[in-house]
Amino acid sequence: MPPALSVAALQKRYGRTIALHGVDLEVEPGELVGLLGPNGAGKSTLVKIACGLVRPSGGQARVCGAPAGSREARRALGYLAELFRFPGWARAEEVLELHQRLAGSDGGAAERSELLGLVDLLDARERRVEAMSKGMQQRLGIAQALVGGPRLLLLDEPTSALDPVGRRMVRELLERLRERGVAVLLNSHLLSEVELVCDRVAILAGGRVVAAGRPSELVHAGGIEVETAAGVRRFEQATREQVPELVAELVGAGERIYGVRVLTSSLEEAYLDAVGGRQEDAA
Amino acid sequence: MSGAVVVAGYALRESVRRRVFVVVLLLTLAFLGLFAFATAKVFEQTGDFTVGRNTGTLDATGLVALTMLGLGMFAILFLATVLAVFLTLGAVRGDAERGLLQPLVVRPLGRTSMLLGRFVAAASVCAVYVALVYAATTLIVHQASGVWPDAVVGPGLALIGASAAIVALALLGSVFLSATANGIVTFMLFGAGLVAGLMQSIAEGIGSHSLGQISHAIAIALPFEALYQAGLHALTANQTGFTGALIQLGPFGSSHAGGVGLDLWAAAYVALALAIAAWGFARRDL
Repeated sequence: MPPALSVAALQKRYGRTIALHGVDLEVEPGELVGLLGPNGAGKSTLVKIACGLVRPSGGQARVCGAPAGSREARRALGYLAELFRFPGWARAEEVLELHQRLAGSDGGAAERSELLGLVDLLDARERRVEAMSKGMQQRLGIAQALVGGPRLLLLDEPTSALDPVGRRMVRELLERLRERGVAVLLNSHLLSEVELVCDRVAILAGGRVVAAGRPSELVHAGGIEVETAAGVRRFEQATREQVPELVAELVGAGERIYGVRVLTSSLEEAYLDAVGGRQEDAA
Repeated sequence: MSGAVVVAGYALRESVRRRVFVVVLLLTLAFLGLFAFATAKVFEQTGDFTVGRNTGTLDATGLVALTMLGLGMFAILFLATVLAVFLTLGAVRGDAERGLLQPLVVRPLGRTSMLLGRFVAAASVCAVYVALVYAATTLIVHQASGVWPDAVVGPGLALIGASAAIVALALLGSVFLSATANGIVTFMLFGAGLVAGLMQSIAEGIGSHSLGQISHAIAIALPFEALYQAGLHALTANQTGFTGALIQLGPFGSSHAGGVGLDLWAAAYVALALAIAAWGFARRDL
């Protein structure tokens, strides 16, 4: 089975500005990959190329084996744009019905009910978009992206307008989609969210992938903290594997141990290390 | 093609459910009310003016009735232009800037189908609108004067064709211009067509062949104007003598015979505008 998304040496220029400098990235079926990076790093450009909204200047992008932007590729994906809107006059049900017809989905009313249920909008199915809160519109956007059962879901800041309950709902939804084998590329500024749900993370800065891997690979050891009767002692060079010897040594020296903590850097620290001073880089 | 049909259906629903449609309907009702009132008043005055009704070659009732119909056609073309512009001015760039277009474009339908759907929907709404308002004005004038135009269907069809050409131009503009700029440009083109018609009247009045040629060339370059002139001409095709001459100098531009050549040119013009729009849309990053 081909990767859900395969990007190789991808480049994009907007006039003199280079948004992507030759990006390589793969998302396997059923994999949830987080795309991180400062504003202007090229994240949205990458997602837009993948769904055919923007034409690449070089390299290639393929969706489920088909060239990005082709009819086959667009048939395989669902997309939620960072800045999107549905017509204010349309009801939630009508929005999904339109997208079902455009996607060639034969799911009918059952699919619409299922999707509205997934994003907790069943009671608002007859409500006009203009009468919905921003969060409700965002949840409707997620439901829209799921129309037709996409194999690849491209989500650009899907939780930016959601409250903590809504964010948790999206996290749970993403985990369920992963179980169904749907691949997800999640573009988000919320590092904690990415860390919680993503199998892998790619960090973009200045149009390049500056770090990639599992969240546990990106974070690094930060030492050991031991709580003793004399207070908390920190051993910055120690690793998790050295804990038994360290504790034995302290006990042997007459210390009373009340707790031990293995310290690691957070994804946020790993992110800041990777992007360095590139915040707000021009894309 | 099925994608174009889906988009056309969506755009049709959008057309009739947006508030702007209600505004256009209210404006139209106001126009028809005023038109009926003015027509009735004009024919009250015409009764005094036409002692003996037909004075030589001047048929005053016919002249006034056809002038009112010509006035009605001008107003209909203007209202149809307003409708066409509001239905299409932000169809591509405007909708993309507002984030309305992206969720639709990523679906597996071609951008050309999407554009075609928008054109079919807007042109259909304008066609129905023009047909209804034209029929209403014709009936109002007939009710007040007993006069039918020399051709009833032809002028209406010409106006429908003119509105389709304006829709195509506005749709083309929407690919390259922001919504506001597109609205301004389309109304300026409409104004240029109007000026061409007035120039033609002046050319005929002063007998200037070169001015007539220039205005005719502008009308051909903006075929909605040529179609409007052809409609006016069909309205008064059988008028001769002094009545015919007065109508030719009518207040809203001269009339000019159309024909199959103009119809074909207008169809080719619309097709070309749509083809350029599709070409530009296919290359636009969203």
